[in-house]
Amino acid sequence: MMDHSDAPPQDADALTVTLTVNGETHRLTLAPNVVLLDALRDRLGLTGTKKGCDHGQCGACTVHVDGRAINSCLRLAAMCEGRAITTVEGLARDGALHPVQQAFLDQDAYQCGFCTSGQMMSAAALLDDGRIGDSDAEIREAMSGNLCRCGAYKNILAAIRQAESEARGRGGDA
Amino acid sequence: MRPFAFDTATDSGAAIAIHGGDDRRAYIAGGTTLIDLVKLDVMRPAALIDVSRLPLAEVERLDDGRLRIGAAVTNSELAHHPLVREHYPLLAQAILAGASTQIRNMATTAGNVMQRTRCPYYRDAAAACNRREPGSGCDALHGINRMHAVLGVSEQCIATHPSDMCVALAALGATLTLEGPEGRREIAFNDFHRLPAEHPEIEHELAPGELITHVTLDTPLVGGGAAYLKLRDRASYEFALASAGAVVALEGEVISDVRLALGGVATKPWRAVEAERALDGQPAVASSFEVAADAALQDAVPREHNAFKIPLARQAIVRALRDATARAGTTTTTRGNQG
Repeated sequence: MMDHSDAPPQDADALTVTLTVNGETHRLTLAPNVVLLDALRDRLGLTGTKKGCDHGQCGACTVHVDGRAINSCLRLAAMCEGRAITTVEGLARDGALHPVQQAFLDQDAYQCGFCTSGQMMSAAALLDDGRIGDSDAEIREAMSGNLCRCGAYKNILAAIRQAESEARGRGGDA
Repeated sequence: MRPFAFDTATDSGAAIAIHGGDDRRAYIAGGTTLIDLVKLDVMRPAALIDVSRLPLAEVERLDDGRLRIGAAVTNSELAHHPLVREHYPLLAQAILAGASTQIRNMATTAGNVMQRTRCPYYRDAAAACNRREPGSGCDALHGINRMHAVLGVSEQCIATHPSDMCVALAALGATLTLEGPEGRREIAFNDFHRLPAEHPEIEHELAPGELITHVTLDTPLVGGGAAYLKLRDRASYEFALASAGAVVALEGEVISDVRLALGGVATKPWRAVEAERALDGQPAVASSFEVAADAALQDAVPREHNAFKIPLARQAIVRALRDATARAGTTTTTRGNQG
């Protein structure tokens, strides 16, 4: 990761933006046209979030902003000031995998893995969203913004089912 | 991506002052259309003004029974809002039929109204497109036009309006509140989007610098049943080939009031007034629905690859009317004591 934070802005329009990512705050000097995805990957070294289509069609760049899954390729970093951003690097807590991460491992819910971080971020948001029903059809619909070109959908659904039942077993509110 | 300047506004007056009616500047809220199109070099703003933090994120019932929706309410929040689910199920169904979870979490109410066509020639800066570059021609007329419109078309443009939410707004009836350098005004939703005619580049009635601040839904039809049917190439996260949104109210077996709008087949959110006229006072049976569907599509103009949309839309209309009829009288409303 290159750190240009001490360098004077190259562009007269450069902005100073404070991003809160996985609980840590980062002060960055950014051009206004930098999207959150590129700020995460290229400026903060958080490369778990992937760039797939770069147009909001594939979901590989999914992160949480204030608890909701969004496409980080379509969100300007400058618009995220003061928001709580969570990336796949922030899913695990205290050294323990998030139930969704463990379930993806257990259910073999990936092949090449490129879409996996986005899939897991959507799945984690889905489990926390009480507005979405828990039929297979509703889960598939809620996950349809995440493409998997290897076609691991069947196991992804199984992983979400596993994480959901574990959350319920722990008395969680997912 | 081309560079642009950036400002954040915290109230609408400040946003409008920063914009100053300069058409090289644009408002940004959800960004799901705008950033996509800037990346494609289709939109080339010199400056963006962030309006996502304006205090316009409320959904509230007005004293006259209408529902006022703040421009910045996200599509997800709106579709799941208790007042929308109870009184405007058509709107909830239509929003949830569109886009993906992530896009609905980002996209706003006003942004959805302002979304641009998905015509691949509009989205390709190297193609001829009168909507993107007036006078350059239309590569869709004799191109791959399977996804294109059959209603409201002109020889200048056959681009389909892509929104599902707007189909529900067209059917339900709504008023947009606009704020701009000249003050505040209101416009009926169905008068907001323009037909392409000779000037497809003029898509709507917004004056330079104007901002949509609210969308206010008409009072719901008493006892109306609602159905949104969307037909598409895959079951989710795909634009409509044809869609129909219907609200039907019955008196006995007769249609006492009906609202019908179409998506996926027209150049703007399409209120099917001829079909509504054909249904008024008719028995709520399949033969009435078929007559209405024919009336809705009588002026359809097919092109080489999209003629299939006419029978597809016809069937979508018949089925949406059938499903809305089946639900009529079961929708909760609290409007029984008014008008």
